Amino acid sequence: MRDVAVVGVGMTKFGEIWEKSLRDLYVEAALAAIDDAGVDHLDSMQIGCMTSGLFVGQEHLGSLLADYLGQRNLAATRVESACASGGLAFRQAFIEVASGMSDIVMAGGVEKMTDIGGDGATYALAAAADQEYEVFHGATFPGLYALMAVAHMEKYGTTRGMLSAVSVKNHHNGSMNPFAQYPFKVTPEQVESSVMVASPLRILDCSPITDGGAAVILTTVDIAKKLGKPIIKILGSGHATDMIALHSRNDITTLEATSVAAAQAFKMAGKTIKDMDFAEVHDCFTIAEIIVMESLGLYEPGKAGEAVLNGETGLEGSFPINTSGGLKSKGHPVGATGVAQMVEVVKQLRGQAENGRQLKNNPKTALTQNMGGSGGSTVVHILEVA
Amino acid sequence: MFPSRIWRDCKHRYRLEAGKCTKCGKIVFPYRLICPECGHREFEKVILPDTGKLLTYSVIRVAPSQFTDQAPYAIGIAELENGVKLLAQITDCDVDKIKVGMEIRIEFRRIQTDSHQGVLSYGYKFVPKWY
Repeated sequence: MRDVAVVGVGMTKFGEIWEKSLRDLYVEAALAAIDDAGVDHLDSMQIGCMTSGLFVGQEHLGSLLADYLGQRNLAATRVESACASGGLAFRQAFIEVASGMSDIVMAGGVEKMTDIGGDGATYALAAAADQEYEVFHGATFPGLYALMAVAHMEKYGTTRGMLSAVSVKNHHNGSMNPFAQYPFKVTPEQVESSVMVASPLRILDCSPITDGGAAVILTTVDIAKKLGKPIIKILGSGHATDMIALHSRNDITTLEATSVAAAQAFKMAGKTIKDMDFAEVHDCFTIAEIIVMESLGLYEPGKAGEAVLNGETGLEGSFPINTSGGLKSKGHPVGATGVAQMVEVVKQLRGQAENGRQLKNNPKTALTQNMGGSGGSTVVHILEVA
Repeated sequence: MFPSRIWRDCKHRYRLEAGKCTKCGKIVFPYRLICPECGHREFEKVILPDTGKLLTYSVIRVAPSQFTDQAPYAIGIAELENGVKLLAQITDCDVDKIKVGMEIRIEFRRIQTDSHQGVLSYGYKFVPKWY
């Protein structure tokens, strides 16, 4: 396998971007990544998108987006793994470059979610669950994570305050991210008095509905050196699935696909969780960040909530999580999310994070975790400054 | 929703038919072609018990389009007496009184009405045992 590096990143502002279409969002992010990398061509493009068919009635994104990016005849592939589509597009691009099939590959992600109403978006997102045995009965995504939250609270005594602490921390970080959808701080009181979506999860426990695009350029370390860019090397990649329906799993207070994907990535990198300096993880709901921290092996089961309350995962803490604001504050255009995580860790590793959210002490090694559905698929990557 | 999509799952939703692996005894619901535990491919038909215990629940207040007229409603995962776990709505009760660990029985109910073709979907729901 060849050594692979990320040499360019770009993203759009996340939010309700009514004036921009799916193709506008993707191309804007893609051009920013191309400009940042300084590459003169692409050999291939992997596009993460969950459900453009349900959101805007558009499939065949490989053709559409290569066309509008001015890349006629480019090999362009759409990758789908629900909310992990972006992370999986990144992994496919990594495999493509590492294998020698292609030298310069874009991993992009996009979702245009506000061209339909709230109940339509709820329906589209629910397509990531088991349609016949969860959605049929009225389960929603907040509902499925609420089932996990109640089980976690019952088993470990996880509290309302611990969930709120995740939201407060991520909004604090996001308040310093000019690309965030909701760049403002919230208090625990605001979280706990916000509208109930699926008990015990309130609207300020949930990531929002977001339009946005993100893109990164991957190439070999040899080509990266010639480009004269800071080299952020991909040390490890892991990918695993789990039973799609929550009720089919043995234990819904943990995320097995996350544990398995992380173990693969650590093995490939020759590292452990203790070697990581910070992480971007999939906080689609506050409870998700807590369970992911435990499933990655960062904390013992049942101990992560307390750590968030104590500030251990804040910008100044021992292990910062979601410096970008996470899905909660930055926004969650589902297909773009996994790629946007890469944009943030590359900025942090280059020392370029905006507005005072740059981590001190020159972080060297980062982990990203991006998951689909209620954890039915997960992609984990480890990146390091070369 | 085309009627064939509802019809093909009737045996599971109406009669709670499950498959029991003839090698390792794992019970799968709905029916599968291969056992997720041991990889065996032969199952015998078993009917799920209609009582169990609630493992977790949530009251849904923001519902997908085909359920907006039912909100707020509760969903939960119950473990049946033979260890099989199911997700369904919890009905016929005050949603504020639902608790983890409470005993439920399974009843046959209408689940949703498809607004475009008017096809009614039926299946199972959980009812707290004391009701």
